[in-house]
Amino acid sequence: MLKSLHKRHSELANSKRQLEILSNGIFKSGDLPTFKSKISETNQFPLKAKKLEILQINVGYMCNQTCSHCHVDAGPDRKEIMTRETMQQILEVIKQTGAHTLDLTGGAPEMNPDFRWFVEEASKVGVKDFIVRSNLTIITANKKYCNLPEFFKKHNIHVVSSMPHWTKGKTDKQRGDGVFNKSIEALKMLNAIGYGMPNNHLKLDLVYNPSGAFLPGNQSSLEKDFKKALKEDFNIQFHKLFALTNLPISRFLDYLIASDNYEDYMYALVEAYNPIAVANVMCTNTLSVSWDGYLYDCDFNQMLNLPVNSKAKHISEYNEALLEGRDIVISQHCYGCTAGAGSSCQGSVA
Amino acid sequence: MQKTYYDPADLKKFGKISEWNEELGAKFFDYYGKVFEEGALTEREKSLIALAVSHTIQCPYCIDAYTGDGLQRGITKEEMMEALHVAAAIRGGASLVHGVQMMNKVNKLDV
Repeated sequence: MLKSLHKRHSELANSKRQLEILSNGIFKSGDLPTFKSKISETNQFPLKAKKLEILQINVGYMCNQTCSHCHVDAGPDRKEIMTRETMQQILEVIKQTGAHTLDLTGGAPEMNPDFRWFVEEASKVGVKDFIVRSNLTIITANKKYCNLPEFFKKHNIHVVSSMPHWTKGKTDKQRGDGVFNKSIEALKMLNAIGYGMPNNHLKLDLVYNPSGAFLPGNQSSLEKDFKKALKEDFNIQFHKLFALTNLPISRFLDYLIASDNYEDYMYALVEAYNPIAVANVMCTNTLSVSWDGYLYDCDFNQMLNLPVNSKAKHISEYNEALLEGRDIVISQHCYGCTAGAGSSCQGSVA
Repeated sequence: MQKTYYDPADLKKFGKISEWNEELGAKFFDYYGKVFEEGALTEREKSLIALAVSHTIQCPYCIDAYTGDGLQRGITKEEMMEALHVAAAIRGGASLVHGVQMMNKVNKLDV
């Protein structure tokens, strides 16, 4: 299994180095406009945070997989795990905010030892949409995780899972050997108790992201192809497909540089820039909380160690008045969310 | 003078063709766009046809464009290669089927 950039002591494990790469070269020379200058053309700088709608919690970077494109640089060798104390602070904030969506991510969030406790407690607060981003293979990884589908159902969890393709070859190349078959097994388990079935309230959505240095195609066309293939080949059903663009950070940035695709990819992102997508980027209505409780505009900024531009920097200091209207922290990776139809954790935005 | 006939950067300038004849350029791109819309064939099927034809006419711009387009649509490399073999089979067959003409002539003239 691939090791994380951290474990390999790669220079790209350092977020400062990533930001240097994203700020120098073609952007410093002026061959491509910086994201700041691009959004300034349409008077959209600075991007401002609106009312909080989505609270995304990263409960830890530990994962049973090491996907080649992972922006978290997650893997079995990552030990950063959210404590119950931080979770308790988050629960207090959930009670205060009017956020309609709670979104748990990782790593594999289920690997946090307090994951189930947190889900049970957070369920009591009663957010409208409670998402768990499950990598699927965790469900079949170990006996203790086998009953996760039932646990999700009990708490009416909205399951969102990654699936880069409907074929084994493309999926395993990106997510690791054997991942496709295990994912299919897990999807069947979820379908069996109602998840993803037509007219069932148990929501099961899939996340597609390209398995290489290219942008995602049309979300609804891809959804149609995924649905057809998974139904015909495996009798599997799901609700929606979210097409996400890979952002040029962490392991995907490492891949782009190693494969000599970095500049072409950045050109493709900038050429596909869509000012309409800027108005709906997720960072304007989302707050990302890291495993140690710090606040970020999005999960990508979390990985680049770009904290919120606010006096309230930690969940223990949460203050709606201080956070609403803050300037969003941007860099060139933001082009990933504004290319084509746009990209967010909920799929296309334009 | 440039040292090669083809420059990958020129593909992105395709739209500039209209600058020297706006009316015909606009008609062409409008037609082109309509052709690739979903109809009796899906956009995906049309993309694969375009990829195969691109190789038949050996257009580097088109190969670049429709390989990228195929990847974005989730078309696998196995599907792409099968489409190319269809093109190659037709192209090879087109040469070989003329062998009948050769055989006819030989049969007529040779003792």
